Amino acid sequence: MNYFELFSFTPSYEIDTALLAERYRELQRAVHPDKFANSSEQDKRIAVQRTAQVNDGFSTLKNPITRAEHILALNGFDLLHESTTVKDTHFLMQQMEWRESLEDIAHSSDPDEMIADLHESFSVYAKEIEQDLAQLLLSNSEEELSKAADLIRKLKFMAKLQIELERAEDVLFDQA
Amino acid sequence: MAYSEKVLEHYENPRNVGSFDKNDPSVVTGMVGAPACGDVMKLQLKIDKDGMIEDAKFKTYGCGSAIASSSLVTEWVKGKTIEEAAAIKNTDIAEELALPPVKIHCSILAEDAIKAAIDDYKSKQTK
Repeated sequence: MNYFELFSFTPSYEIDTALLAERYRELQRAVHPDKFANSSEQDKRIAVQRTAQVNDGFSTLKNPITRAEHILALNGFDLLHESTTVKDTHFLMQQMEWRESLEDIAHSSDPDEMIADLHESFSVYAKEIEQDLAQLLLSNSEEELSKAADLIRKLKFMAKLQIELERAEDVLFDQA
Repeated sequence: MAYSEKVLEHYENPRNVGSFDKNDPSVVTGMVGAPACGDVMKLQLKIDKDGMIEDAKFKTYGCGSAIASSSLVTEWVKGKTIEEAAAIKNTDIAEELALPPVKIHCSILAEDAIKAAIDDYKSKQTK
């Protein structure tokens, strides 16, 4: 299933998310099972299936990481079910350092500033990855797409860091 | 999800947590990460001139199973030769800790950490 086609987009990492939300509402209305209340059993079943597809498609395209994975999947790369180990030492060292910084927030003399700095660092780093990724995903060469796969893996680590940072913020907020 | 008693035991009392001085020439480092869950694992081995692992330390950011897998590995590799350590399989780790299927990747990560540390050792030997 090509979700870009379903939502009338050309496959690209950069999409108009407002337009995506608008088309999602239109599609939802068009296939909503309530509209098929008086239809045949088969039509009802199809409406339920279509609704599920539209929902899956929307959540896949809304999230940048799953959107990128979907582009790769359309090109025959399955990242969703892989258990690849990342061995890029330089990248992992940086991850370790950031994880250590997250731990230090609780003992910091100015935790708010530390959180703000980390937000900034994470977002700068992730943006750089995303710029390269957007370019690579326009290609259909296997080499470029496998580079794109590496960048998606890195973005997953960044997403995890972001979750941990928000958790640290919550802890701080609860204590205040 | 329920953790096995062995996982909990390692999680609550992790063995050999920390770091060695990375400038010590007898210290090698294996860094690995699992994109699916964002776990990061660092395994350091102190290796004597005969290729025997004298000591091991780890630092892992991840779930209980990932911490237990790396903690267990540091215990297992101590006193082993490089070749013996390289023979440790993720299935041994998963079996010892009674890891459920969804946590098998944690044991794979720990096995890959040993391999990465041994690769670091070999690259330092040829220098």
